[in-house]
Amino acid sequence: MKHLLSIEDMNVQDAIGILDTATELSRINDGQMKKLPTLRGRTVVNLFAEDSTRTRISFEAAAKRLSADVINFSAKGSSISKGESLKDTAMTLQAIGADAVVIRHSASGAAQRLADNQWMSGAVINAGDGTHEHPSQALLDAFTIRKHLGKGSGDLQGLHVAIVGDILHSRVARSNVLLLALLGAKVTLVAPPTLLPIGIDKWPCTVSYDFDSVLPYVDAVMMLRVQQERMTELFFPNAREYSRYYGLNSERMKSLKPASLIMHPGPMNRGLEISAEVADSARSVITEQVSNGVTVRMAILYVLLAGAPLDVGSI
Amino acid sequence: MSTKYVLKSVVLPNGDKRDIAIEDGVITSISQSFTPDSHVVINTDGSRVLPGLVDLHTHLREPGREDAETVLTGSRAGAKGGFTALSAMANTSPVADTAGVVEQVYRLGQAAGYLDVFPIGAVTKGLLGESLSEIGSMADSVARVRIFSDDGNCVFDPLLMRRALEYVKKFGGVIAQHAQDPRLTIGAQMNEGEISARLGLKGWPAVAEEAIIARDVLLSDLVKSRLHICHVTTAGGVEIIRWAKQRGINVTAEVTPHHLLLTDELATTYDPVYKVNPPLRTSDDVHALREALSEGIIDIVATDHAPHPVESKECEWQEATFGMLGLETALSIVQKTMVDTKLMSWGQVADRMSFAPARIGGYVNQGQEITVGTVANLVVIDPAKNWQVDRDLTMSKATNTPYHGLTLPGVVTHTFYKGQATVIDSVVQEIGDVQ
Amino acid sequence: MNVVLSAEDISRALTRISHEILERNHGSSNLVLLGIPTRGAHLALRVAEIMANIEGTTIPCGTLDITLHRDDLRLRPPRSIMPTLIPQSGIEGKDVVLIDDVLFSGRTIRSALDALGEVGRPKTVQLAVLVDRGHRELPIKADFVGKNLPSSLDQSIRVSLTEIDGRDEVVIENRRQS
Repeated sequence: MKHLLSIEDMNVQDAIGILDTATELSRINDGQMKKLPTLRGRTVVNLFAEDSTRTRISFEAAAKRLSADVINFSAKGSSISKGESLKDTAMTLQAIGADAVVIRHSASGAAQRLADNQWMSGAVINAGDGTHEHPSQALLDAFTIRKHLGKGSGDLQGLHVAIVGDILHSRVARSNVLLLALLGAKVTLVAPPTLLPIGIDKWPCTVSYDFDSVLPYVDAVMMLRVQQERMTELFFPNAREYSRYYGLNSERMKSLKPASLIMHPGPMNRGLEISAEVADSARSVITEQVSNGVTVRMAILYVLLAGAPLDVGSI
Repeated sequence: MSTKYVLKSVVLPNGDKRDIAIEDGVITSISQSFTPDSHVVINTDGSRVLPGLVDLHTHLREPGREDAETVLTGSRAGAKGGFTALSAMANTSPVADTAGVVEQVYRLGQAAGYLDVFPIGAVTKGLLGESLSEIGSMADSVARVRIFSDDGNCVFDPLLMRRALEYVKKFGGVIAQHAQDPRLTIGAQMNEGEISARLGLKGWPAVAEEAIIARDVLLSDLVKSRLHICHVTTAGGVEIIRWAKQRGINVTAEVTPHHLLLTDELATTYDPVYKVNPPLRTSDDVHALREALSEGIIDIVATDHAPHPVESKECEWQEATFGMLGLETALSIVQKTMVDTKLMSWGQVADRMSFAPARIGGYVNQGQEITVGTVANLVVIDPAKNWQVDRDLTMSKATNTPYHGLTLPGVVTHTFYKGQATVIDSVVQEIGDVQ
Repeated sequence: MNVVLSAEDISRALTRISHEILERNHGSSNLVLLGIPTRGAHLALRVAEIMANIEGTTIPCGTLDITLHRDDLRLRPPRSIMPTLIPQSGIEGKDVVLIDDVLFSGRTIRSALDALGEVGRPKTVQLAVLVDRGHRELPIKADFVGKNLPSSLDQSIRVSLTEIDGRDEVVIENRRQS
């Protein structure tokens, strides 16, 4: 792998390779979180053209634990907010000597544009592009599910995962559907019809409008954040009604199987898509997702950066 | 004294092989053999001659965006593609909504001298869709505007559309509608479907086009006026037009070369060179459009030639502007998609790309049968030759062709505009120097 | 190609090393064995088993992966990380014996010492190898050696173990053999 742009262009071996690497890294990390010298002398640039403190600090922590030099390049106050083009930004990063660029961008396909053009030579890691994909989030979600419910290493065969909420605008959902299906899990998307894209029948998953009919059968339920602005865009009548049909509250939680996991990529709207009791319950692995995020991102950086550059040839 | 030419052994649209002599701007002879010393002999054995192509949909960008294209560079691109008439869209800056602007564009076309530039007037003032522009004075101007369009924007207000259709009846004008329901296409980036869902790009549903076409053919029927539908892209749109024509409604329609060939699969590259409005659709739509053009349900091919500077395309998809170049590749794309597939004869190509558009626009001395005594607006194409598209070699000022690197059939070798060779051996001539 | 250690030779060498380790450390009570993946890990298990038979008690035995500490990562294609499994007892204050198949430049062992530093602070660290082929690039030496095999840089030493390769043997071969 040279870049991590989307789950769509990933195969099972790539995915399992990253998850296995993360598993080994988590064993080391379970002791003391010490710094590893692995990426000493490498430069990782966090290019965040869209605000996301959580993902940025996760990638930053991952890079720093592997001893890479980290440069944060955020939208606010940077040349991006002054209208600099993606091309000029990329060429600047090339001149700085970035070995990898972690890019978060509001435009779908921005990471692929960065990788496809000859503007820079480093690895490109998609940290969320528009409403397209968020592959590192899907990998950390799969890692979390595998750790709790998987049969050691390997895939997620036989598991059933529900993803609930604004599928239409969710890059997390897109990446998760593809990755979970790739790893052999069954995926059911649950949302009001307005928040499902046209053409979803071609996705490797099933779709339901009825949360309650799905809940008793799943091994993990992944709640998606509902953006406040969706309410003004006519997707559903109001927050109360959304919450009534698609929110996960303690009443609904009762119908889950005992070992089922509750997940959320964050940041949560407590009281809207998830109630506080559920978010803080014993079966919620939401904070664990955050710590697994660092480990999985270390694995991604390791796989992309630790070896010789791919174009140099192998021994 | 202008140069006299004779096209040796060229194949006419009806298949006959003849020598065509051109003198003083007109066709002076069509015969089995014509070889006087006074004429420059052009060996066109094996090539085909068609009436000069007429485009009803061209963005020449002048005035306002001369960094993307000018009337002169667009004219040269047109000549290279075999055109002898272009129709300059109204979405310039300032907008072509007054006699002053359309006359300026018209005169720039004449000064360039490569082909006729017929300005299209805006339907509404500033293309804002609020009030009618000075349609009458544009029609009465030197530019003699007959086609009115807010292209780029849809005339969405049904009352305004009705009034516009009624108003142009006075002088036999036509409203060319850009059929796009704006509410259904807020922030739209590409065809809505399986691929837009996968790519996370906001969808432009087919119904946004079809709903406007349906409304407007009914309005046209009500007020008995002429309606032209710009760049039809959907199988559903075709069906509505078919229905309207069966009812005798006075509607014509165009399809672009790119919608006859390309599909929304190309968006998977996220390369904005494939970003165009209306968007590339599915292969089902492409085949429906080809059928419709072949049957005559869609009357004409129009390029929607839309030049943009490099920086408007060298960026993220959603930041990029809509549009692609079309003039220099149009005839080759039509040969590839319609002639080589046996869907159309060359005679039908002459109709769809010359006779019919000239008739819709009411253009004088354009789109005429190739007969002795008519103005020599002609294009010669060698259908057996292939060429490779190179964006760095376009005559257009812009480089945003979606066909870069593609090998296409059919090379335009010569173009004659009013008897003058604007293209000789595929090389665009310097008209200014001659005059 | 030349077989320099047969299955029996390997078995005898490991038995001898096991005895030497026990002797040097006055028994097994404070010992932890850590094999370096992949072949070192299997050798460590064998040594632990031999010792267990001698001592009549189990010997803490684990693996220590050095991949993340290598100084030649950028020179080779990406490698997968192997398991690091530290026994329950930990290594704090223990006498740790690192076990590997071949000692060559010494860089692997340098990386292993770094990796060990992440895990804890042993009382002593010792090194046991099946083969020492010389050509050290760092000031590192083995405490326990199965066999010294002076070799030229043109040659390569290949260790095969039943657990991975289906048989036990050590061969020496010329690299540029056609």
